[in-house]
Amino acid sequence: MSDRSVNVRSAETGTNIDAGADTESVSRPTTEHGDDVELAVNGLGKRFGGITAVDGASFAVESGSMTGLIGPNGAGKSTTFNCITGIHQPDAGTVAFQGQDITGINPYECADYGLVRTFQIAREMANMTVLENLMLPAKHQRGEALWRSVMPFARREVAQQERELLERVWDVLEFFEIEHIAEEKAGTLSGGQRKLLEMSRALMTDPEMLLLDEPFAGVNPTLEKKLLEHIHELRADGYTFLIVEHDMDLIMDNCEHVIVMHQGSVLAEGVPGQITSNERVIEAYLGGDV
Amino acid sequence: MSTTTHSDYRAQLETLWEHDALKIVAVIGAIYLIYAAIGLVLGYSLDGIINTLRRMTYLIAVYGMVTLALNLHWGYTGLFNIGIAGFMAIGLYTTMMLAKPVDPSGAAQYSGLGLPVPVAIVGGVVVAGLAGLVVALPALRLRADYFAITTIAFAEIVRLGVTSGALQEFTILGAELGTGGGRGLIRNYGDPMNAIFELEAFSSFVDLTNSLFGFGPTQARALAYSIVLVLVLAGFYWLIQRTSRSPFGRVLKAIREDEEAAQSLGKNTNSFKIKVFVLGCALMGLAGILWRFRRTGVTPTAFRPHVTFYIWIALIIGGAGSNTGSVLGSGLFVAVLFEGPQYLRRVIDQVVAVDDAPNTFAGAVGPLLSADPGPLVRYTFDEFLTLQFVIMGVALILLMQRRPKGLLGHREETAAAIPLGSRPSGVGTGGSDGSGGGAGSGGGSRGGGNSGGENGTDTGDDPGTGVDHDRTHDHPDSAGTNAPDHDRDTDPRTTTDATSEASETSEMSETTHTGGEQP
Repeated sequence: MSDRSVNVRSAETGTNIDAGADTESVSRPTTEHGDDVELAVNGLGKRFGGITAVDGASFAVESGSMTGLIGPNGAGKSTTFNCITGIHQPDAGTVAFQGQDITGINPYECADYGLVRTFQIAREMANMTVLENLMLPAKHQRGEALWRSVMPFARREVAQQERELLERVWDVLEFFEIEHIAEEKAGTLSGGQRKLLEMSRALMTDPEMLLLDEPFAGVNPTLEKKLLEHIHELRADGYTFLIVEHDMDLIMDNCEHVIVMHQGSVLAEGVPGQITSNERVIEAYLGGDV
Repeated sequence: MSTTTHSDYRAQLETLWEHDALKIVAVIGAIYLIYAAIGLVLGYSLDGIINTLRRMTYLIAVYGMVTLALNLHWGYTGLFNIGIAGFMAIGLYTTMMLAKPVDPSGAAQYSGLGLPVPVAIVGGVVVAGLAGLVVALPALRLRADYFAITTIAFAEIVRLGVTSGALQEFTILGAELGTGGGRGLIRNYGDPMNAIFELEAFSSFVDLTNSLFGFGPTQARALAYSIVLVLVLAGFYWLIQRTSRSPFGRVLKAIREDEEAAQSLGKNTNSFKIKVFVLGCALMGLAGILWRFRRTGVTPTAFRPHVTFYIWIALIIGGAGSNTGSVLGSGLFVAVLFEGPQYLRRVIDQVVAVDDAPNTFAGAVGPLLSADPGPLVRYTFDEFLTLQFVIMGVALILLMQRRPKGLLGHREETAAAIPLGSRPSGVGTGGSDGSGGGAGSGGGSRGGGNSGGENGTDTGDDPGTGVDHDRTHDHPDSAGTNAPDHDRDTDPRTTTDATSEASETSEMSETTHTGGEQP
């Protein structure tokens, strides 16, 4: 798995930005679950006190797709994200990732399955350098066992793994074209750089699927374009994306599948063309209770 | 010409400064020099001066150990542990109960398990670590501030527990044990350092110190003990440095920065927090044992909460997050805040010969009406021990306002098992022509980067260290400016005869002031 991601970044990136749609089906290994559903959410429900934040939301995300999740403020998008990734325990419903039931797992287990999220407000480790931030998420780090980091002989092995990891980190930095900030403290970065860092950090976990919570919020148009390019490249490499976003146009232009949430449940689902002409969606966005 | 050599010289010095060990040696050396110089000026005997420095070494080593352990908790992981004294107490009490002979004879009071001292020490460390586990399991689910409350409550439970009559003497699994309640435990077994003191080589050490400083055997032992403690401190430093400069330490830092984000990146943060809390508590237990296990006994008053706050002050002075800072902070805390005021008092007492002070505050303030500040000054002077707390408080406030990051807290020590320098140039050029370098096979790029990585190890030296020159240069100066206040070592001992007796008493007086008010 880690091999794949090294290859993704070092061998394929930059060369096939435009080839996205064609290579998708080739590079994506088909899942053994037949219908190629990466993430399936069924009847998800979450209440906070008397407020029902998510109310029986059901949807599916196809493997290798770029799916948009939109909806007005308070529609339950972020809560849905939190329920999927284990930050909240759902009160009802199930979540399945690549056919495995992951309902109510611990947040840290989620990444083990290959499902990783980014946050609405970038949550960089402010007092750690960008390099440290990126070395953190890698899986199977031997040195995370205390004794190996301390014992002289085992430590040699740890250092060796660190060298390999550092190199992968530089590949990711190169992919996102942020090598120049490698040694900066993450807390000193600009908003846009933080978004890039957040995404690179998620990639370092070797995910299969990325859940991006408003990745374009507060990002200037130039950077937005760049981010989108990166996302398309990654999707071409076989990653699946589920993106929460407010900007309808952005979602309509870039996702092949769109889910609209309203008042905690799924209002509409389909290709962008269907969504933009859907009466109920228009009402939800333009109607009285926006 | 001479200017160039001068700047060369300066550059060399600055390179030297980048070594942390040198920083520690230089700062603590400067402290010692100042103390020694003032001792010499005031005409104290050599053995008195050396004895003062020995005592400082002892205190710095012990405080340094605990501060390093706290740095692991707070500086790295963000665990707000204010129950340090409790874990130290558990370590020491356990060790003493394990080492005390099974059959108490005479005034030797409560019985123990009669285990050999090394075993008892290991036992004390393990039990302190287990106590950390007991606290960590339920408490780590709490938010930082509630966690802090839990730890201090735990420390008080320990202190009140060993004070209480209920545990004064108890039987567990058929073994009679006891904490001795408020009277404490007497060390009715041999000096725990005897394993070293009884060595052949040690007698030549005694002779050496006798010929060099005029030390008696008791002082020689105390000196040897301080040296052992410094070695243990070095071990602590090594261990914690290794722990923090590793993938493990990286996760700890991430927990401090944003635990939820660390979890979302696949890190089981609770497991890391428990491990590091147990490790730190075990180390605190060890430091607690080494702090007092050569004393004639232990009482619960030694572990009042202010011990915890001393450690916090030392950590704040040094700068949380820096291991070197922790040791420097302990040195400055001991020299300036802890020992300083005591020496100042003795020096003033000797030089000025202060009159008797009024007994009450009213008696001190009253004469102010008739424009006579004398009684107030004398009263204040008489209350110097209390004043010391005021000075510490003021110092803490000033630090938090002016320099919340302490001496070295601004310098984040890199959490990786290898230096993270800039990318080796070979790979860098590969990257600069777009995907050219990478476009080859993944294996190829990996191979290239690999060798590059090794280059990076050699060339990319710690980027952080260069920043500190100015700050670290300050240390000796600041120590210098403070020094005249506190520095004169007024050790009254001048004859070798008196010293061996006096040395024991001075050990006890350490009890008084490190442990606070002794009844």
